[in-house]
Amino acid sequence: MITPFEVIETIKMIQEENLDIRTITMGISLRDCSHSEGNIAREKIYNKITRLASNLVKVGQDIEKEYGIPIINKRIAVTPISLIAESCDEEDYVKFAETLDKAAEAVGVNFIGGFSALVHKGYTVGEQKLIKSIPTALSATKKVCSSVNVATTKAGINMDAVGEMGQIIKETARLTAGDGGLGCAKLVVFANVPEDNPFMAGAFHGIGEPECVINVGVSGPGVVKCALEKVKGADFGTVAETIKKTAFKITRMGQLVAQEASKRLGVSFGIVDLSLAPTPAIGDSVAHILEEMGLEKCGAHGTTAALALLNDAVKKGGTMASSYVGGLSGAFIPVSEDAGMIDAVTKGALSIEKLEAMTCVCSVGLDMIAVPGDTSAETISAIIADEVAIGVINNKTTAVRIIPVPGKKVGDIVGFGGLLGYAPIMKVNEYSSDAFIKRGGRIPAPIHSLRN
Amino acid sequence: MRAVITVIGKDKVGIIAAVSNILADCNVNILDISQTIMQDMFTMIMLVDISQMKVIFSNLSDQLEKKGQEMGLSIKIQHEDIFNSMHRI
Repeated sequence: MITPFEVIETIKMIQEENLDIRTITMGISLRDCSHSEGNIAREKIYNKITRLASNLVKVGQDIEKEYGIPIINKRIAVTPISLIAESCDEEDYVKFAETLDKAAEAVGVNFIGGFSALVHKGYTVGEQKLIKSIPTALSATKKVCSSVNVATTKAGINMDAVGEMGQIIKETARLTAGDGGLGCAKLVVFANVPEDNPFMAGAFHGIGEPECVINVGVSGPGVVKCALEKVKGADFGTVAETIKKTAFKITRMGQLVAQEASKRLGVSFGIVDLSLAPTPAIGDSVAHILEEMGLEKCGAHGTTAALALLNDAVKKGGTMASSYVGGLSGAFIPVSEDAGMIDAVTKGALSIEKLEAMTCVCSVGLDMIAVPGDTSAETISAIIADEVAIGVINNKTTAVRIIPVPGKKVGDIVGFGGLLGYAPIMKVNEYSSDAFIKRGGRIPAPIHSLRN
Repeated sequence: MRAVITVIGKDKVGIIAAVSNILADCNVNILDISQTIMQDMFTMIMLVDISQMKVIFSNLSDQLEKKGQEMGLSIKIQHEDIFNSMHRI
């Protein structure tokens, strides 16, 4: 039988250390919903989502109650809409986003991802239309999330798309200026995007995925931090070992919930995403784990090494705990969603440049970073280009979710509410990248021998 | 199907009686009870069999939680699998 100590340890992790299941995400293929008439396609999309996901929220709540573990979000990811909508001849895909929003509302999920396009090698007509629709789509809907993959290790970097995404992000911020540019918090630009990621805003249901699937994202930075508090001053072997054991326990929860949800919903189990996803709540911060390792503030020299150790140990511990892992799997470092990151930026310890270095050793990228509203589209594109280059060369996923907050300047604070948190406006390099971005074209795929 | 009930709080007369009354009403069988003082708190852990339970799980869970509030204790019931999966390979 389970010992009292083990029972109490689990309960303490949940009650005091913020252990939770961050999301159960149902992936739904919409590939049978294409139609030459936009209205019919949208009707098919709505019907399919509301049919397959009708029980998702209830099953999530039941599991939450029976196992006593909070499941924070129930979400849906669908096939990239560019692939579905391009069979019709409509010029504007905003109506498709509105349909997704309506379907998400009907089944009670808090986000739906998949207003997406994969353009790493070039655009199809539908992808061009979808990207142009993003700013209006994100301002006209509440729950729809959008993502664009602009680069892969095998295809290189589509610099035309990188250039365009700078403009799209600026326009999205302008259209949602009343909410601090909130639309940009629902838009991610990727390199090497995974097809089974359960986390928003970058989730979509990839083309290699089955008809319907359940993917689960776990959380638990607070649990790791508390475990490390018990090994103060110990060497890094002990630190890594402690993180591995804790990650194992956290991931077992994800595995259990994923299996149970897929069984009850009659849908296949996809993956558990081994991520440490922070929230703005105190005691749920990745930055504080790094500080627990001995750094005065996140961003101090040594931060990248600390993060590399954390990320690797989480994967090692988590892999054994789950039968299938995937998605983004790693520690997230979103600035606005992590109390320790917010504090480090406010105190001047953490800059965009340091965050960029940190993204070389963890998932996922420059995430939830607020910059001055007058940052040019070209500068934003150049930030994206730098970040995707890291992903392409290092054969990993990287992403940019950046918010040029209208009317705000360095040092101001912008609040997004809820899990999206709040962010201090960060300084960007003021020198121009205009001529670099205006070149356009593609940066060729890298060579993967001669690794230096 | 088995579940674990945990009672955490200040020790007082009648805790076991209160919990086992609810369990008897719901036709839940108690398989094992252990109690200890952990970090200055009274902790009671009960392993119960819920396969013949007469009510739905959430109903029992609500009744226990309500009783806990009345007595100034935390009373929780959780499916046994959550502990097995976390602590057993």
